[in-house]
Amino acid sequence: MSKSVLEPSIPSRPVYGELAPRSGKAHLFIADAEGAEAILDMAKTAPDGFFARAHIIYIPKATGERYLERLESLDPGQLYFGPSYEAALPRLRRTLADAHMGLQVYLAGTEGLMGRAMQEATEAGIPHTAIQSEHRGSTARRVQCVHCKGITEEVTTDPFQCSHCGLHLFVRDHYSRRLAAFMGVCIDAEDPGDIPEPVERFT
Amino acid sequence: MSGGGKIPVTVTEVVRVNELIKRFKFERSDGGLLPTFSGGAHTVVEMQDYGTSRLNPYSLMSDPADTSAYTISVRRDDEGRGGSLFMHRHVRPGMEMSISNPVNLFPLDLRARKHLMIAGGIGITPFMGQIAQLSAISGRFELHYAARNPALAAYASELSARYPRQVHLYFDDYDQRIDLQGLLDGQPLGTHLYVCGPKGMIAWVRNTAEAAGWPREAVHHEEFLAPPSGKPFEVKLAVSNKVIQVGEHQSLLEAIEAAGVDAPYLCRGGCCGQCETDVIDYDGTFLHNDHWLSEEQHAGGKKIMPCVSRFEGKTLVLDR
Repeated sequence: MSKSVLEPSIPSRPVYGELAPRSGKAHLFIADAEGAEAILDMAKTAPDGFFARAHIIYIPKATGERYLERLESLDPGQLYFGPSYEAALPRLRRTLADAHMGLQVYLAGTEGLMGRAMQEATEAGIPHTAIQSEHRGSTARRVQCVHCKGITEEVTTDPFQCSHCGLHLFVRDHYSRRLAAFMGVCIDAEDPGDIPEPVERFT
Repeated sequence: MSGGGKIPVTVTEVVRVNELIKRFKFERSDGGLLPTFSGGAHTVVEMQDYGTSRLNPYSLMSDPADTSAYTISVRRDDEGRGGSLFMHRHVRPGMEMSISNPVNLFPLDLRARKHLMIAGGIGITPFMGQIAQLSAISGRFELHYAARNPALAAYASELSARYPRQVHLYFDDYDQRIDLQGLLDGQPLGTHLYVCGPKGMIAWVRNTAEAAGWPREAVHHEEFLAPPSGKPFEVKLAVSNKVIQVGEHQSLLEAIEAAGVDAPYLCRGGCCGQCETDVIDYDGTFLHNDHWLSEEQHAGGKKIMPCVSRFEGKTLVLDR
């Protein structure tokens, strides 16, 4: 899968760049699925010995074993493959708690993963503008229902039904860095029952 | 009127700190309280130097929680344009002066987990206010303060007596140097770095931090520039329709003000950006000295910071 092109939108909607090696004391990568490609592409321009001080936390999701060998061949100082973000979270938190200034953080893959890892990194004291990110793969969204506050992962259609309260929600581009989620607003509040056909907007 | 607003004050104390530094205390002439400020803020002191009006920025070094008075410390610069010499030679207790409202271009980032401060010489002053503010909220800080020798290290003994574990002193005469690399290594994530001191020290700290991978957002510095002297030049002010002469020891901003034109300013030291002025036409060379405009803007010939920058050439027309 090639690089993602996201349509320009309101300022609240996050934008992503392209990972580039930066000078630092240690390098922490958090990626899922096709995000592995961003790491592999970046590795082509990384200086010798760069990955010896790198720690890669990777969640393959549906890509299975497709990228594992290639990531291993980068020979990173630490490499973790996990079944889910939740499973990787204790490791990420421990890594950030033990980290020192000079750590560079690189995020790659889906918005849900990057947003949540960004939450942890900024919580640990890294300014969000100093964290690199590159979008690859699915554009499915993590959305918070503004009514019940429940979060639904991997939303692909608009509108969609809140997995917590059942309201039909319109997916906005309005994004919260604190929640790492887009905003979902009841679409039939004015005319209950008048719900447009869901359209596959995020794939 | 431009600038940070004016407060009439009375000098209530002048203390000789060492052979180069004097400390001045200001209280409101009407007896009221001064505006509150945050650690790292400065005030612009207006001096009436026998016909020449001087406006110099000085960091506030008193406790920000104490609004009954402000104190500043002034290092005498015998080679300078005369502001510090005026303060040293002519300012006496009881004198009426005028200062600006406090402006902070060097604030603490209170999101930081730890504040790592590096001071050189008179660069200690903004940290005095910051440390007072931080210790009131039990903030975590570490100060590394370099000076030529103990006699010239203003406030070093007070600081190390009060904060023995946080304050580290280095004296050039004893060949003591800050081990910056070692100091930056191993700082906990979320540490913010602050540096105030001579130009070379600021560049050294910023470059070393950048090479070690510190985010730009976590590295703060403050350096007030004194407007450099240079060849006199002529400027046309298009909006006010005036042609003015900038003298050898005068800044462009001072010349604009002397012509009776109200131009915006805050720091008068090339860092706040307030005096940014559009260039309408020019034929000559800009001598940019500010820290505000980018390198591209310096090369572009469309902007100038009149507080510290000069011009050499035939014509300069400004949108003022």
